[in-house]
Amino acid sequence: MNFETTIGLEVHIELKTNSKMYSPSPVNYGAEPNTNTNVIDWGYPGTLPTLNKGAYTLGMMVATALHADIARDTHFDRKNYFYPDNPKAYQITQYEQPLGKDGYIEVEIDGHKKQIGIAELHVEEDAGKNTHGSDGYSYVDLNRQGTALIEIVSKPDMSTPEEAYAYLETLRQIVQFTGASDVKMEEGSMRVDTNISVRPIGAKKYGVKSELKNLNSFNHVRLGLAYEIKRQSQLLIAGETIRPETRRFDEKSGETYLMRVKSGADDYRYFPEPDLPPMHIGDDWLKEVQDNMPEMPAKRRTRYVDELGLPEYDAGVLTNTKEMSDFFEAAVANGAAPKQVSNWLMGEVNAYLNDKQIDLQETALTPEHLAQMINLIKDGIISSKIAKKVFQEIIQNDTDPKAWVEAKGMVQLSDPAKLTPIITGILDDNQQSIDDFKNGKDRAVGFLVGKIMKETRGQANPKVVNDLLMAELNKR
Amino acid sequence: MDYLNEDLQSVHDKLVAGDLTASRLVTDTLETIKTKEQQVDAFLTIDEKGAQEAAAKIDAQPIDADNLLAGMPIGIKDNLLTDGVTTTAASKMLANFKPVFDATVVEKLKAKKAIMIGKTNLDEFAMGSSTETSAFKKTKNPWDLDKVPGGSSGGSAAAVAAGEVVAALGTDTGGSIRQPAAFNGIVGIKPTYGRVSRWGAIAFASSLDQVGVFSRTVADNATVLQAISGHDEKDSTSADYDVPDFRAALNGDIKGMKIAVAKEYMAEGVEPAVKAQIETAIETFKSLGATVEEVSLPHSQYAVQTYYIIASSEASSNLSRFDGIRYGYRSPEAKTLEDVYVKSRSEGFGDEVKRRIMLGTFALSSGFYDAYFKKAGQMRTLIIQDFEKVFEDYDLVVGPTTPTTAFKLGDKVTDPVTMYMNDILTIPANMAGLPAMSVPAGLVDGMPVGLQIIGKAFDEESVYRAGYAFEQATEFNKNVPSFKGGQA
Repeated sequence: MNFETTIGLEVHIELKTNSKMYSPSPVNYGAEPNTNTNVIDWGYPGTLPTLNKGAYTLGMMVATALHADIARDTHFDRKNYFYPDNPKAYQITQYEQPLGKDGYIEVEIDGHKKQIGIAELHVEEDAGKNTHGSDGYSYVDLNRQGTALIEIVSKPDMSTPEEAYAYLETLRQIVQFTGASDVKMEEGSMRVDTNISVRPIGAKKYGVKSELKNLNSFNHVRLGLAYEIKRQSQLLIAGETIRPETRRFDEKSGETYLMRVKSGADDYRYFPEPDLPPMHIGDDWLKEVQDNMPEMPAKRRTRYVDELGLPEYDAGVLTNTKEMSDFFEAAVANGAAPKQVSNWLMGEVNAYLNDKQIDLQETALTPEHLAQMINLIKDGIISSKIAKKVFQEIIQNDTDPKAWVEAKGMVQLSDPAKLTPIITGILDDNQQSIDDFKNGKDRAVGFLVGKIMKETRGQANPKVVNDLLMAELNKR
Repeated sequence: MDYLNEDLQSVHDKLVAGDLTASRLVTDTLETIKTKEQQVDAFLTIDEKGAQEAAAKIDAQPIDADNLLAGMPIGIKDNLLTDGVTTTAASKMLANFKPVFDATVVEKLKAKKAIMIGKTNLDEFAMGSSTETSAFKKTKNPWDLDKVPGGSSGGSAAAVAAGEVVAALGTDTGGSIRQPAAFNGIVGIKPTYGRVSRWGAIAFASSLDQVGVFSRTVADNATVLQAISGHDEKDSTSADYDVPDFRAALNGDIKGMKIAVAKEYMAEGVEPAVKAQIETAIETFKSLGATVEEVSLPHSQYAVQTYYIIASSEASSNLSRFDGIRYGYRSPEAKTLEDVYVKSRSEGFGDEVKRRIMLGTFALSSGFYDAYFKKAGQMRTLIIQDFEKVFEDYDLVVGPTTPTTAFKLGDKVTDPVTMYMNDILTIPANMAGLPAMSVPAGLVDGMPVGLQIIGKAFDEESVYRAGYAFEQATEFNKNVPSFKGGQA
């Protein structure tokens, strides 16, 4: 029996706002428990929500970037459930009229392009955090309570773990380029729930789906889904029935484990939030969002190829993160050749970041310094070899490259008037090499260049040295 | 100070003349309250210390001759948060709850130098029509101590009617200001939904709740409403409209005003003697130069059913936050999370509150939502449209506030449906968000009757204009209660 897989993803993304979705409490990481809270976040009697319009605007930007239709008339709904991290016992979300509907993402898998549909996206508030103490008590921290989220629900358009992985990568990239979120799985500003089912090829109905939790990286998503395909297929082959389950991915074993069997749908008793009036998105608001949309990665890639002459590969790598892409553009704006900037970023810079396990913004490197260094090479002021030393300096310290190479005496020796006496002196001392050269032994040139470089402590401009040396040799 | 024969102006004049200081006024008021409370039981908390401190501050400066509220003790319904002063919503759930901020209405009164003298009794979480569902005490009607003061704002109404305070705040979700105002022979307004901020009002049904005012006179009512009205950025449903000068409408002139009487409000369920009082009131309006005609509000007959679905649904969600975790009652028996929820809520809420939570939870449940909550919403739209149609041609709709005068304590509390039907005439104005006021319309067998005046949205001025003209023409507000009964 052959099977096909259906995968749908629900992604929660924390919007980058200064205050919460429905309360003026500040939003920042690492604060002491319950310090970023006020009476609204406590679910205090008599309190009322107010909408953070900035957060809604960020949501509209994400919807625009995902090609979704933005609802012009909408309202908020209450989702009712009891839990200690949910102080009002309801979450204010959008159920009936989500912010956006019917969008899509274009992903590339093994060179093939595929559109994956977005069913809907809506804004809502995050819950607090429960922790269970060793003293037998549970503790509630409401700092996160009320933080602005956008939930993006895909259509069940994916059929392999690789497609799910590509969807997540692309989604992360697009949202990052809108500036609406940091989209960091490790900080919880991006969270993924997956639904997966398997059915015999050709079957009309979808198989019974299971939901996967505890997916802390895109790679875990891929591994978890791959395991589920295997598990569900084997059950079907064995003639067993698949139950609707919530399962947990275990990163050590790479397997998924049953958390609970779902019995009937949860009843959240949704109804329109009476404390927030229905909302109309006027033309002005929509236009403001559209006018302020940052350039999306796909468009940047095209521009890098068409206007800056970069290979497609380079354009792809550079637009992987907004940070890198912005850095690239700033360096080019500072007068460096695009391909040279690209080479440095993809090569030395990425190697450095991987080695140190840090982000570009955590280094001391600035686009101005990188551009200046690249131009120092171009102008023959430093050699590529020296440049590597300069690079190590400017990525670690806020150092002006030109001033630094000058102070360190690393400026390349390119002046023929200074180089010629050194070259003639070395030739005078090495008649054997001249003879070898004349006898067609090219190795002799390398030997002589080495001598010259040693004499100049590596500062001689290799190209100038080569030209002068050949001229001198030919004279003799 | 006994307020039975006083109003804001008369007390204010004494303060301005120097015959009285704010401190003296507070002391006198507290004395009156102490005496009358033995019979009426209108208050849950008296804030003696806070009131005296506030009065001392006011006395430290010359009294503001233009501010009728300066130094004036006001009663506050106990579902409105008062900073540092216990606020219970008359529920065991919040028996020891001391809020950390003032409701916007309280803050606004304090800004006008009014003095918060105490917190008045109500039906638990404002759910009821007799104040008998209070977890703490039964308030009596000053006109007959064996009768209910109405509800849910029965404490505020009885306190004003008994002369314990000159004015008090209440909340009105389905008639909770107008019905007790009618039962106690005083003036009570529920303003337009959105006129007054709900920030700090413990929510019952968010789309219907509105804070309003009890007083002995229409003029005092307008003065206090003026002070608490206006947009509040903390309440997204409060309207960003300018507040007109309500007192400017009090000129007694209603010539040419077009008044409608809804025939559904004068139907069978209304006691004949009450109906007769309202018919007399209609003649009064005519004699003052208004035109009065009969109209129909055909969907009013479904208002009670619609209301109990919508209000209970919203309440079931609003009251879920009382979970025994962050504040309020927690069962001492609770060991597990499930226990904390189930035991705390089972022990902390009274029967009527539980009844409505269950009703609302049911109406919102998947599979029932369309048949109940959604359908109720559609009916609400029809009720609103009924009013819109009438208000195309008329300025006001008038009728009785309640079908009967106050009933006996214990009479209806065991029969919820009969109790619910008592709100049949007040509920439509909440459904449509319209301003509505009850003014005294005389007595039947020694018990007060209320005339209800409903206006267009944000046209409290017309409501006050008509109410004031009626009051001046009839002087029904000069009747005072007898404090009879209560021996049993």
